[in-house]
Amino acid sequence: MASTRAAQGPIRVLFVANRGEIAARIERTCRRLAIPVVLPHRDADPGLDLLDADAIVAAALRSGADAVHPGYGFLSEQAAFAQAVLDAGLRWVGPPPRAMRTMGDKSAARRLAASLGIPVLPGYDGDDQSDAALLSAAERIGFPVLVKPAGGGGGKGMRVATDRAVLSHALMAARREAAAAFGDDRLLLERHVASGRHVEVQVLFDALGHGVHLGERDCSLQRRYQKVLEEAPAPDLDPAVRDALASAALRLAASVEYVSAGTCEFLVDGDGAWWFLEMNTRLQVEHPVTELVTGRDLVADQLRIAAGEALGIRQADVRPDGHAVEVRIYAEDPAAGFLPATGRVADVLWPERACVRVETGISPGDEVTARFDPMLAKLAACGTTRDGALDLLARALDETVVLGLTTNLRFLRWLVRAPVVRDGMARTDTIDGHWPPPGGWEMPAIPEAAWRRAARELLAGDPGAPAGAQSGEAEAPAGARSGDPWRAGWRIDGVATARIRAGDEERTVRVALDDADPEADGLRAAADGGIHLDVEGRSVLFRLAPAPDVDRAAREAAGHAGSSAQVRAPMPGRVLAVHVVEGDEVAAGEVLVTLEAMKMEHAVTAPNGGVVTELLVRAGDQVGGGQALAVIGGGEGAGPGARPA
Amino acid sequence: MAVLRTRVDPTSARAVANREAMGRLVADLRDRQARVAGRGAGGDEASIARHRSRGKLPVRERIDRLLDPGTAFLELSQLAAGGVYDEDVPSAGIVTGIGRIEGTTCVIVANDATVKGGTYYPLTVKKHLRAQEIALENRLPCLYLVDSGGAYLPLQAEVFPDRDHFGRIFYNQARMSALGIPQVALVMGSCTAGGAYVPAMSDETVIVRGTGTIFLGGPPLVKAATGEDVTPEELGGAGVHARISGVADHEALDDEHALALGRSIVANLARKPPETPWERRTPEPPAVGSGGSDGSAGLYDVIPADPRTGRLEAREVIARLVDGSRFHEFKPLYGETLVCGFAHLEGYPVAILANDGILFSESAVKGAHFIELAAQRRVPLVFLQNVAGFMVGRDYEAGGIAKHGAKLVTAVACAEVPKFTVMTGGSFGAGNYAMAGRAYQPRFLWSWPNSRISVMGGRQAARVLSTVREAALPGGRWPSDEARDAFEAPILESYEREGSPWYATARLWDDGVIDPLDTRRVLAMGIEAALHAPIPETRFGVFRM
Repeated sequence: MASTRAAQGPIRVLFVANRGEIAARIERTCRRLAIPVVLPHRDADPGLDLLDADAIVAAALRSGADAVHPGYGFLSEQAAFAQAVLDAGLRWVGPPPRAMRTMGDKSAARRLAASLGIPVLPGYDGDDQSDAALLSAAERIGFPVLVKPAGGGGGKGMRVATDRAVLSHALMAARREAAAAFGDDRLLLERHVASGRHVEVQVLFDALGHGVHLGERDCSLQRRYQKVLEEAPAPDLDPAVRDALASAALRLAASVEYVSAGTCEFLVDGDGAWWFLEMNTRLQVEHPVTELVTGRDLVADQLRIAAGEALGIRQADVRPDGHAVEVRIYAEDPAAGFLPATGRVADVLWPERACVRVETGISPGDEVTARFDPMLAKLAACGTTRDGALDLLARALDETVVLGLTTNLRFLRWLVRAPVVRDGMARTDTIDGHWPPPGGWEMPAIPEAAWRRAARELLAGDPGAPAGAQSGEAEAPAGARSGDPWRAGWRIDGVATARIRAGDEERTVRVALDDADPEADGLRAAADGGIHLDVEGRSVLFRLAPAPDVDRAAREAAGHAGSSAQVRAPMPGRVLAVHVVEGDEVAAGEVLVTLEAMKMEHAVTAPNGGVVTELLVRAGDQVGGGQALAVIGGGEGAGPGARPA
Repeated sequence: MAVLRTRVDPTSARAVANREAMGRLVADLRDRQARVAGRGAGGDEASIARHRSRGKLPVRERIDRLLDPGTAFLELSQLAAGGVYDEDVPSAGIVTGIGRIEGTTCVIVANDATVKGGTYYPLTVKKHLRAQEIALENRLPCLYLVDSGGAYLPLQAEVFPDRDHFGRIFYNQARMSALGIPQVALVMGSCTAGGAYVPAMSDETVIVRGTGTIFLGGPPLVKAATGEDVTPEELGGAGVHARISGVADHEALDDEHALALGRSIVANLARKPPETPWERRTPEPPAVGSGGSDGSAGLYDVIPADPRTGRLEAREVIARLVDGSRFHEFKPLYGETLVCGFAHLEGYPVAILANDGILFSESAVKGAHFIELAAQRRVPLVFLQNVAGFMVGRDYEAGGIAKHGAKLVTAVACAEVPKFTVMTGGSFGAGNYAMAGRAYQPRFLWSWPNSRISVMGGRQAARVLSTVREAALPGGRWPSDEARDAFEAPILESYEREGSPWYATARLWDDGVIDPLDTRRVLAMGIEAALHAPIPETRFGVFRM
């Protein structure tokens, strides 16, 4: 493998095939080591597709780089990409493609571990991918089973099946997701351990075959199979288990001639039993906690190893010290099942404290779209004790502000203080079991000062500011632009008045614009299609309330479909045809009766949706003006908007 | 253009005293305003709660929602009727003002049903008519938010029969409609008897289901007249008027929906202000005292705490009102007691006349000349009125001060450009006429809280009366100074009370008392409103030469 490496000696220019926080993280080390860095999205190629291997290699060559760091995500675990980089004469900051291939195939990795005598969960990793084979394997393993894509990790496509019926449905969905995410729809099954600990061991190997482990991390706290809080070392882990995991990780890595940084993931249950899950052949998102307790710079180690240098340390030199905890700030809504949130970052404020590390790649104005990972930042804190690190992290989270979009910040503030976390009892199902906390997860009331600040900003600023226009919503009140005497909600008593809306809440806010309001003015606020303010970790958007809605009558009428209405003849005439029968369900505007009057045909329509409860005329009848023709009533068919009058 | 500078040191004892005195006056103003408007309506908490329990919004909330979001409302005579009647009638039970609806500047007249059921006291009528007058003069659409039991019967003699009484409301509606000034009624409560004509006389009318009623005679009257038993809703509710009688054009589900319909009506008026004869400039704040960032003295600092010992310097005020403090002064060396000049205010060109002492013949003639210039150029006139009157004495009478003063009064009366008056200090005698007092129909007239108004100063009046009285006394002399003082004291006291801005504004002698710091803004709003009417050519009367 080393023979394919074209260049030797120190890296001259590093191309980072990534973006966001990890790109910033890698650059930081390079700056320290005086290695020039090319970040395609910033420096060279704003449009570069980070999933297009050929384009990346071409861009790296164009940039004059002699090495490529893949970061995590994107193509970082694609052996073919690593090979393409090497084939282009560039150095690959990562493991050899063959090791990536073996570990990237979850079934192969399972088999390898088993062959080394390393426990794996009862499961199925066979080549027969038929539903029948998988279903019978599941019966053998015993429900519940975990369905995992064989071709990749990161929680994508993972599903728990509690019985056969669920499983056959889960297989289809998991195949579809796996194919989309990894280009490989093979699945494997494992016994699902509902409540375990996710413990992983960081290893570091040089190209000369020498390797060490850097201790373990506990990443049990997950939602939607994705990690939220990681720490090192794992709290209260039996030393025997710790040693066993470390030794297993080293044997696994050595067996594939691993090079660079890698992570072996294990599941540990309450009885001290443990199983190998998979190996990630790249730098992990949560590597900072290991760096904080070992004092190492893993990116620097990766670069040295890629340059062919020896690791230069022995296992005895690795002595983790203290405790480190990291949380991930995601653009997601914890109140809505942690669904990813999108939007534009209006403002950010990061804590500045000793022993607190902030990793982020976002800045105000950045768009968070569904196309990218919703992780905005990582916050890590360290201390001599676990409690100290958690206390510090809690304070750091309190000082963090992200405005413009919904984040899990408030959830994280709760999490780092939750007794189950403080007690070191976190398991993989802890968040599912403890969230939302008993008593509900009430959104905190918006403080008066926030309303006032929002009103001050919305009124004092130019209400026709372009931010509203950018977001495509009509914001500018007609005419009230800067220079307009009718601006700023002015009132004769000096107290500016405006209806302000935040979420579903709307209220009249009165503020004396000419007077200082230190409490309100001290709040951090950002303008972007309105005013964003932080309310206990939640970014709340305040806008001028729109004027009352003239179309409400029509909607109310539709909503009143449950009430009954008589349909009357608009003028005297003869009934030509009746188009409905009693019991018919009709929509508003549907023709009920055709009337002939004044030599013309007139369609008599339903005034609202409902059921024809009475039909009072037949074809041929002569009717007077205003005579009732039919009654439209409510009933079962009145539709979802129906309600009693 | 010359830039005015200030000569006032904000740290001087006088400036500090002035600032503190005006601070107290404005605090008093705020206190009075909070008492009548702080709850969203004039009634007490219980009556507002009762009002809300019927699904009705307090009157000022109705207006807040009617206006374009985030825009201003120039409320008129908020302190009307203060202390006038035996009982409290906050804001005279009616809220009037000017605001933006769908980008259109409109006059809003809204009954406050939490104050005596929204019935019309004499001052309620006066305030309603004044709002209509503003709409007429400035060609602004009228929105009537009707919620009133009609005339206040105990005072019917002062409400019903005369020219400027209740009937004038409907006369105005008809005349304005004829002039193409839209009349829109939102019936959000009762419209009884005469009140029924407000919606009936409107171009377009909305009625709220369940709360809005329109009838000439209410159920008790019907029962008495014909023996018929009928509920208000059956007699004149939305169901009757929007579906059967056609008295109303739109049925609303509730207040908010009615306001939405009102906005929609205004959106379809398709109005556009006439072309101005000049271009508005980009507004710019005054260079002097505009907030203290430059450390210069603010407006409060230059307004004397005691008008007898301090002088309100006209240029110090103008410097704090006009764009960039730039002022093109006319005849600065002639008739110096009346400062005249052109400037821009929030980008609008203005011609300012400001008293800087007693009026002499020269100042009067200068003022008349200056008004001719403004009328010629179609530039709005702003009067900063602080006048003790015209000079008296043999030489001055002989010099023809009466005819020179008459020239100024003629010019003021005839100028067809929009006129705006701010009472910045004293307003005494004929000076009031010469400086566009209420009788001279400025488009708007506002008072500062330090202002005083009376035919002459209280001391002069007391002395004139005691001197007249002295001649009739035995011996033709007051027996003692104490006797004279005892005679003068009640006169002084009544002048003091009746000359106060609170007394004046309660009777609608002005359109409201304002914080001096709001002068620039209310003038700008007033000018914007005034520009909805074309500015015609002026034809002056005969100037006595």
